[in-house]
Amino acid sequence: MEFRVEDVEDGATVIAPQGRLTMTSAGELKALVDRSVSRGRPMVVVDLADTTFMDSSGLGALVGGLRATRTAGGDLRIARPTAQVTTVLELTTMDRVLQPRASVEEALRAG
Amino acid sequence: MGATRRHAATSAPRRDGRLLALRVVALLTMVLGVNYVVWRWLESVSWSAWWIAVPLVIAETYSLVDVGLFAVTMWRARRRPEPPPPAEDATVDVFITTYDEPVDLVLRTAVAARDIRFPHRTWVLDDGARPALAEAVRAAGVGYIVRSDDWQDRPRHAKAGNLNNALFRTDGEFLLVLDADQVPDPSILDRTLGYFRDPEVALVQTPQYFTNVPDADPLGSQAPLFYGPIQQGKDGWNAAFFCGSNAVLRREALMRLGIVGYVRETERSVRDALSAARRMLGKARRGAVDPAQARALETLEHGARDALARLHAGEPVAEVTYAFQRQVDAASAALVAADAAQMQEDLRAIAALPVERDSELGAVVVDEQALARLAERDWTPLGAIESVQALVRAVDVDRSAEAQPILPVATVSVTEDMATAMHLHAQGWRSVYHHERLALGLAPEDLGTMITQRLRWAQGTLQVMLRQNPLRLRGLSGGQRLMYFATMWSYLSGFTAVVYLAAPIIFLCFGVLPVTAWSVDFFARFVPFQVASQLLFLVAAHGVRTWRGQQYSLALFPVWIRATVTAAANVWFGRPLGFAVTPKVRGSNRGAWRLVRPQLAAMALLVVAAVVGVVRAGTGLAPWVGTTVNLLWVAYDLVVLSVIVSALRYRGYQGAGEES
Repeated sequence: MEFRVEDVEDGATVIAPQGRLTMTSAGELKALVDRSVSRGRPMVVVDLADTTFMDSSGLGALVGGLRATRTAGGDLRIARPTAQVTTVLELTTMDRVLQPRASVEEALRAG
Repeated sequence: MGATRRHAATSAPRRDGRLLALRVVALLTMVLGVNYVVWRWLESVSWSAWWIAVPLVIAETYSLVDVGLFAVTMWRARRRPEPPPPAEDATVDVFITTYDEPVDLVLRTAVAARDIRFPHRTWVLDDGARPALAEAVRAAGVGYIVRSDDWQDRPRHAKAGNLNNALFRTDGEFLLVLDADQVPDPSILDRTLGYFRDPEVALVQTPQYFTNVPDADPLGSQAPLFYGPIQQGKDGWNAAFFCGSNAVLRREALMRLGIVGYVRETERSVRDALSAARRMLGKARRGAVDPAQARALETLEHGARDALARLHAGEPVAEVTYAFQRQVDAASAALVAADAAQMQEDLRAIAALPVERDSELGAVVVDEQALARLAERDWTPLGAIESVQALVRAVDVDRSAEAQPILPVATVSVTEDMATAMHLHAQGWRSVYHHERLALGLAPEDLGTMITQRLRWAQGTLQVMLRQNPLRLRGLSGGQRLMYFATMWSYLSGFTAVVYLAAPIIFLCFGVLPVTAWSVDFFARFVPFQVASQLLFLVAAHGVRTWRGQQYSLALFPVWIRATVTAAANVWFGRPLGFAVTPKVRGSNRGAWRLVRPQLAAMALLVVAAVVGVVRAGTGLAPWVGTTVNLLWVAYDLVVLSVIVSALRYRGYQGAGEES
């Protein structure tokens, strides 16, 4: 699986997983978030517009990323989930913790 | 192995015939049992000797419920047909968990695991982080995993923590979990993975069998009734238990368990922390001298109240805490410490925040009483804000008090396996019991180790049940509730054993009768019930030897009592369990008699009572009928307890063919 990584204004990073975010690619996502934090950019938006499928390991990477960014004084937000990903968020009650945003811009402005 | 494999393929019509016979005997046993126990309560309690009569009739009622739960377990006993072949593209990680077992022993298991036929990766999970083991394991071409730095100074959660750590370093779709002494058969994955073709199956458990046990099994190590009829019975109710080793799990099921648990824990602890924060800020505001500080505290107090209201309205936790933390950070930066000495005091109190680990379980617990005390403390304005900051941080969405925010394998109990399976079942996953020996392990070879191990299992089971009552846990079916409850119920037998031992002693020594009469009325009800329930065990066991197990379930009564008392004290009053990891190396039996003093004392008392009873009957002080009944009772108790003597005389496994 591929990830598009883009630095945006205000020191934030947008990470966009392309395709299936599962147990085999979850570790990579977590590593990308860690790298952004260590580059001094602890504000991360995960753009899920092109993520066709996510399993619980993918969610685990989001939680791991949330912890890493929060510890560094930043935050992790999610934007534009597909229908499948929204279902997974609801099924696992993860939507009680992380609120999906309608756009990357909205995710950056929130809080 | 051939024998058990034949079992798995028993033809369907014969199976139905046996199940029918079993159900008939089960119904008969229950009818006769209810008839007997109702008569006991209504017609035959000797109220003048209530102090022994009432405990006895309660013990008999307990036993009837126990038999009833066994009957329910066996009602739908399921002997599965041959499993389908595995999906070819399934990916598997094999985990071998170890803490302090000898290097040779772990290596033997690791090499056998490496040579499992189905493609997989093998990992030794070394909680002891031993360099010698690391080297040996890597030389054998097997992966080696130790805890990451995140676990430093955080709760380690024993074996559950070890598995959780490894889950985040591997990515196989399925996990085979093996204890360090369980040497797997090369076909173990070929025989079990096929069940996962059903996407709802989360767990396949296979039996545990021990090779270093003589035929007589003096320590009751093999559990043929459990790893056979009982697990097949539970399987019929979709409630096969996870037993910690020799089982395959679906990663997605475990991870989902971890996510749901994370959300639940986070919501709860954030709510607790915000309530405490609001009280703390209110108290500090009322005590604040400087009006600017009072205003700042008031703003934050409103912030905490708002945050609670937003949580209550269903807003996501991360949003709410993020906003609140920003408010707190801003307020903290704006205020300067006025009183340096008082501030020092505050900082000390913050360092001792009541979010601590339970010394036994290693679980992070928010101590609500301590939190309340903290809220009532006199804070300086800045101290109050700093403590709120630290408190909310500790429990926030990043769960900084834990090594990993997500803990898929349940950490609620010292026995991670039962709690994990119960939660998987509650989430609607299916489990499978596959009745075929696919790994061979080592059992403890001395009484002390065996008793420690049984105590740990009993404590763990009771802990799970007391913390999360299976009769009320949401998502479980009625049958599943009963299957978990049955296991807990059986561990309460220690108290009834004391009554069963004491009643004949009291009659023989003092002539006190707990039953109104040893009459025809009594025997006409008692004997048929006993015969029927023995028949039920015989039919259910299907040729498996269960006598050793029956002996130990009575003979270990002090262990069951201790487990019940310590588990209750731990869950309700936060007392430590006195828990020890089960050692896998050969111990020594020297001085072991001290561990079984209650049993030895009971045997001595039974013998003395028998002598006294004969003398009393001989001198006409007691009737011969009652004396004979009680002598038979004493004889039965002694035969059961005699297993303790053979256990004490056992000197460890001497090789095949030995008879002890």
